Parts: sequence; structure tokens; C-alpha cells
Amino acid sequence: MQDRMIARAKELLENGTVDRVMGWKKGEFIYDVTPAVFYTADELEKDFVMNAFTAANVSKYLIAETKKPGRILAFLKPCDSYSFRQLMNEHRVDRDNVYIVGIPSWGKADMEKIRALGITGITDITEKDGDLLVTTVMRETHAVKKYDVYLEKCKNCKSKRIVVYDELLDGENGEDVPNNRFDEVAKIEAMPPDERFAFWRGELSRCIRCNACRNVCPACSCEKCVFDNPKSGVENKAPADDFEENLFHIIRAYHVAGRCTDCGECSRVCPQHIPLHLLNRKFIKDMNELYGDYQAGETEQVRHPVTNYRDDDAEPGIVYTRGGSGR
Amino acid sequence: MKRVNRSKLGDLFAKIAEAEALYLPVDAPEGARYEKWAPGKKLSNATNTVRSAKDFFFPQTERLYDVKRSGKTLEIEPPETETESFVLFGVRACDVRSFKILDSVFLADPVDTFYKNRRERATVVALACDRPEETCFCGAFGIDAAAPEGDVSAWFEGDFLYLKAQSEKGEALLAKLGDLLEDADEKDVETQQMRTRWMLSALPLGKVSFEGMKKTDLMDHFKNEKWRSLSEACLGCGTCTFVCPTCQCYDVKEFDDGRKIRKFRCWDSCMYSDFTLMAHGNSRNSQLERFRQRFMHKLVYHPNNHDGEFGCVGCGRCLQKCPIGMNIVKVEKALEATHE
Amino acid sequence: MQVRNEPWKPLIVAFCCNWCSYAGADLAGTNRLNYPADVKIIRVPCSCRVNPLFILRAFQRGADGVIVCGCHPGDCHYTSGNYYARRRMTLLFSMLDYLGIEKGRTRVEWVSAAEGQKFAETMNSFVETIVSLGENKRLEDLRCKTE
Repeated sequence: MQDRMIARAKELLENGTVDRVMGWKKGEFIYDVTPAVFYTADELEKDFVMNAFTAANVSKYLIAETKKPGRILAFLKPCDSYSFRQLMNEHRVDRDNVYIVGIPSWGKADMEKIRALGITGITDITEKDGDLLVTTVMRETHAVKKYDVYLEKCKNCKSKRIVVYDELLDGENGEDVPNNRFDEVAKIEAMPPDERFAFWRGELSRCIRCNACRNVCPACSCEKCVFDNPKSGVENKAPADDFEENLFHIIRAYHVAGRCTDCGECSRVCPQHIPLHLLNRKFIKDMNELYGDYQAGETEQVRHPVTNYRDDDAEPGIVYTRGGSGR
Repeated sequence: MKRVNRSKLGDLFAKIAEAEALYLPVDAPEGARYEKWAPGKKLSNATNTVRSAKDFFFPQTERLYDVKRSGKTLEIEPPETETESFVLFGVRACDVRSFKILDSVFLADPVDTFYKNRRERATVVALACDRPEETCFCGAFGIDAAAPEGDVSAWFEGDFLYLKAQSEKGEALLAKLGDLLEDADEKDVETQQMRTRWMLSALPLGKVSFEGMKKTDLMDHFKNEKWRSLSEACLGCGTCTFVCPTCQCYDVKEFDDGRKIRKFRCWDSCMYSDFTLMAHGNSRNSQLERFRQRFMHKLVYHPNNHDGEFGCVGCGRCLQKCPIGMNIVKVEKALEATHE
Repeated sequence: MQVRNEPWKPLIVAFCCNWCSYAGADLAGTNRLNYPADVKIIRVPCSCRVNPLFILRAFQRGADGVIVCGCHPGDCHYTSGNYYARRRMTLLFSMLDYLGIEKGRTRVEWVSAAEGQKFAETMNSFVETIVSLGENKRLEDLRCKTE
């Protein structure tokens, strides 16, 4: 697929459709790929990469890129396209300044999960028929099933459909995927409150406030975050206290409620492996249950459940009376 | 050189913990992290912890003093000085070297008394690596992962844990362990040392060197065109800084709890938009400048100010954790390629 | 943390809409209806003005319970503010519950300017709930609690 992408990118550069290309750049290893902008065919040949680790969602970069002169080519995976569509709905990107080629994605691997298998001294990783062959310095080869080391966001993929594009690399679009992405939320909801509390304290207490979850999030597109503003009264650089860990994560999830497409980047980047997607998914699940099914970024819809209402919405007390949490 | 059978590890930890608090890496949901030892807690097999060992001397948040108003006077309450001494077990060679780098900042005049107090109360038991990762490049900074510095150096080999005192503190610690230990020969760990050194050199980053950085003038590095492309994908998060064992910047802030003002310091990241924010605004307005600052500090300013010692120890944490796969090795290679 | 010498008394923050429940509180006062002094009223221009951050900040600063009072659905001075507030608070309360914060520490009630009686009853019952739940421990900022 990488070769076809490079070939198509070169064509589009040459015929003047675009003047640069947003993609992923090779790193020191197979997995440390970096989102990058390519300007020439030579650069594409040399460094453009598409592999099992090109998970980074490039939509956020398009906020800044589409404000620049010229037109950029962006290869969007299905989940990236949801984020892009949502940014379009919010008028944060200029659709005319980007040429989108939709690319399929069969799931991306998580290097942290490969490490968690206890494999050390890795000299090389190659892809072969859905498997990853990991070679170590001691000349051992481990065959790792890609599915076993999928990123959480890929394990619970919601859709292989590209929702916004100018052309599709494969010529055909994927479909929504049946998934169990709310199962884990339901599991937590079913816990007794004390256990829920203990669960979240255990998770959130690991937060080091690196802000990676916020900065990677395509929905977190504010020019200045409330948590960075010394005048807001809630600005803080460190999780100085349990309360602030809660505050930051509740508000972060709340601020993107209704706009979060569940792209899963927050959990992918967390250096402390906090399952942040479970907070976002809770909001999504609640909105689906209370206000009807809604998928951010799916359609050209400007009003989402939090910026909308119906006369006969449930009263807030429903939270306490619907039995258990969320059921 | 002394040794103790692995089966007696629990007894060894218990013995240390009798006299002093003992902290060691244990397995956790995020990987390995330092925790206070208690019966039943097992030493992690991980090559390194997710957060570095600097937390013990330079914690993420630290109380400086409280200010309380009573009538027309202000009362200043200094924090209680911690007096508990502790043992840090299982620190890797890279993290041990990071202490030296932190020392050169915090123990230089004016001495940071908070830091100094903790440093003096700690005994560091450094553990040699035998399963280095592909992200390791400590060798580039003259660190020998197979023979770590520290108050006590330790090796796991076969059925035994080998211990060798390297300082007075270390000798005092081993003396306390008394009859748990038996005499051993240094030759027992030599094979392992050779294997580790070979593994490190055979790994992808085994040949990385930073020395070439010193050949180019500071301003030439500063003005390098490559900073633009290197920094373009940077998200401006603080992951690299917060997992880094040598990053030492902090901010002094206050919290008004309604009764008093609590002055505290906390880690800060040069990647943040509000880093060194002053009344006039910010001195580095773009992510390019902030990104450049981090790497210039580690690779140029630090060696310039500290006898050629880089502000990096090659632990590889930033290589593993950066959300967009940018890291110090890529930066070094790009900068050096410009001047070849 | 120091041990308190006095017996615990709940601290309740009530965000009241200027156009209805704030006047309702006034009416309760002029009618000499009793409700506990533990309730501290903060006047807002509309229940919709209550940002989820306000609720969390109230807890941080020592509140044991937070109640938001607005106009009855359909009666909003700004036509639809309370409808938005209703959704926002529902989602926030559900999230707090998800994190294991006790149910009942937060509430929304619709109280009109004419409902002095309802205002007093609401506050009495809410204070009762909070007293039965006890001190807020799960969403507290220890720094704001010590003497």
C-alpha cells in the first residue's frame, strides 16, 4: 500500500492538484513514525512510510496546514476521516485547501504491547501476512499476531468507512464494523460505587499531567486551553492533588463531549497507560442512550447532543434512578 | 564482592527495610514504577521504569512554604524537613548518571537545600542491565550499563544477586546485611558484562555518538534550518520532559486554599506554551523555539557549561513515549548531517 | 489533617437563576419559610450559565452538595437556557456517578419565582440528603480542608 500511496502522491504533486503531502515519516525503528509534510517526489521516495505503526491521527495537523496557502494532500484512515469531518463541522479546517485520499486501515499495532510481551533487545520488526516478525539481538524471532498487539482503538474499531474524501485509494469504501466498544464502560457502570471510585483513583492517580492526551486530541482545538490560562483559576502544571487529577480529566472529557469521534488517540499516547477513552465513551454512551444515537463526525451535522435539546428530554435525576449507573 | 541467593531476595529486602525505607521498581499497569517495598512486593524484570528515578530527589510537586495572614502580620511556615533515610534499589546505570547531571545543577551555588537533603539521605543500589532495549544508547555518553556507578553496584547472574560496595554509604549498607551475604568472586559477573556490552553495541543505536555535536558552533546549531522540519509535528506536550531523568526545569506557583497561600514548585516543561511566562508575555512564542530549546539545552548548552557533559543519559524513555515518534537521536542525526 | 473540633455541618452551594429560583428564595424569605442556613446561594443569570467547572470548583472549595435551580422547562427567560442546562447537568452527574462519587450530591430543581414554598422544601430535602450522605470525601481538595 505504501508504494501505491507514494505513486499517487507523486502524480498529484506533478499535475498540480496539491503542492505538498501530509503523511508519516520513517524513523529510527519501524514504529517511531512521525507525521510530516512532504514537498517533493524525492522526499516521498526517501521517507514516506505506511505500516503497522502509522497510527497517529493527522487530522489535527490539518487545522494549521489548511490555513497555509496552497493545497495539501492528506491520506486519511477511516478514524482520521471522522475527526476531519468533525473539524469541518466546527469550521476549524478549510476543506477547499485539502485533497483527501481515503486509505483503508486494518488496525495498527501498539509497540508498548509488544514490549509488554517481554521481548527485549529488538533489532528489527517486519510485517508478514498480518503477523509481525520481531527479531532480537540474540537472533531470536518472535511471531506476534497483529491482532494481539492492536492498539485499543483498533481492537474496538467502530468503522472502516471513510466519511469524507476526494478519492479512495482502493476505489471502494469500507463499512461500519460491529463492535463492543461500550462493554468496558458497562462493566465499570456495573461495579458498586466504592469499586468504581477505587478503579478511577487507581487509574487517574498515575497522571503526570504531560497533557499528551489533550494536545493530541483533534477535538481539543482551542487556541488557548483553560488549563493553560493562569487567569482561569484552574490552571495548574502538575497534578498536585487528587482533586486536580479528577478535575482535569472530567473537564477534558466534558469539553470534547459531543465532538469526540472516539478516535482513541488519548489512550494511545498516554505514557502512563490511563484508559482515557473510557471517559469519552461514557459520555458517548450516555448521549446515545438519553438523546438518541449519535456519532460525531459521521455526517454534516452542526448541532451535537450537548448543543441541542428537546422539550421532553429526561430530567437530570434520571442518572440516579435508572438503576445502577447507566442502566 | 558479595552475593546472595535469589531465593533469599525477600529476606534481603526485609532486612534493608528494617532500618530504612526501601524503594524498588515493581510491575504496574503502566509498566514498572518505583514503590515502597512491603512484604510480598516483587522486583520488576523490566529494563527500566516508566518514570525515572529523579522523582526521589526532585519530586513532581514539592511544598516550599505556606503564608498565612493573621491581623496585620504575615506568618511564613516553612515545610517540615524530611529526615527519613532511604535505599533506592534497582536503579539502572543511566538513571544513576542522571543524578550526577542533576547534581551539577541543584548542588551548584546556590545549593538547592531540598534536593541536597534528599540526595544525602539516599543510598543508591544500582542494578546492571542484562536485557537492554532497542532504545538504549547510554554507551554514547560513556555509561557502562554492565558496571553501573552508585553506592552499591548489583548484578543478577544465575541464581545469585551480586553486590559490590562503591562508596562509604554502600559499605555501610552491605555491613548491615551481615550474614545474609556470602563472599563472591568478581569473575562471576564478567561473562554477563561482556554479553551486555556486546548486546548494546549490536543494538540499532549501539553506534550512536553525540560527540560530533561539539564540533559545530553554538550559533550554527541554533540557526540550523532543520529545526523547522524536526519540530513541525511536535504536539507541545510534556511527555518527553516528564519521563526524562535529566530534565530539571520547574515552576514556582502558589495555591490559595482560602485560608493561606501555599507556595510550591512543580515540574515544568519547556514544551509548554506558558513555560517561563512573564509579565510581558512569553519569550518563546512558537513550538519551533520551544522544541529547539529542549534539545539545545541537552546537547549544546549543557556540555558548554559543564565540561562537555551532555544533558542526556541515553535511557531511551523519550524514544518509547513520544506520541509522534520524535526524539533526541533523530535530532542529533539531523543536526550532524547538516555539517558533514 | 487536623481533627475538627466542631461537629460537621454541611456546606451546600445553590446556583439560582436570577429570573426564577433566586426570586423564589426571596419569596421564601418574605413568607418566613424556614430552610437551613447551610445553603449558600450564588445568583446566576440563567441555569445555563452554570459551567460544569463551577460545580467541581464548589466541591473543591469545600461544598458537600451542589444544587442548580432554574426556571421550569418552557419558562426560560432566554427561551431555551434551561433546556441546555438540563442536558449538561445530566451528563455531568452521570460522569460523577461513573467515577464513584455518591449519588445525590448534585441535583437540579426547577423552581419558579412564585414557588417560595417549593424552594424551602427543596432546600430542606436536599440538606437532609447531604446530611445523610455525610461529608464530601471523594471530590475534596485536601488543601482546602486542612486548617
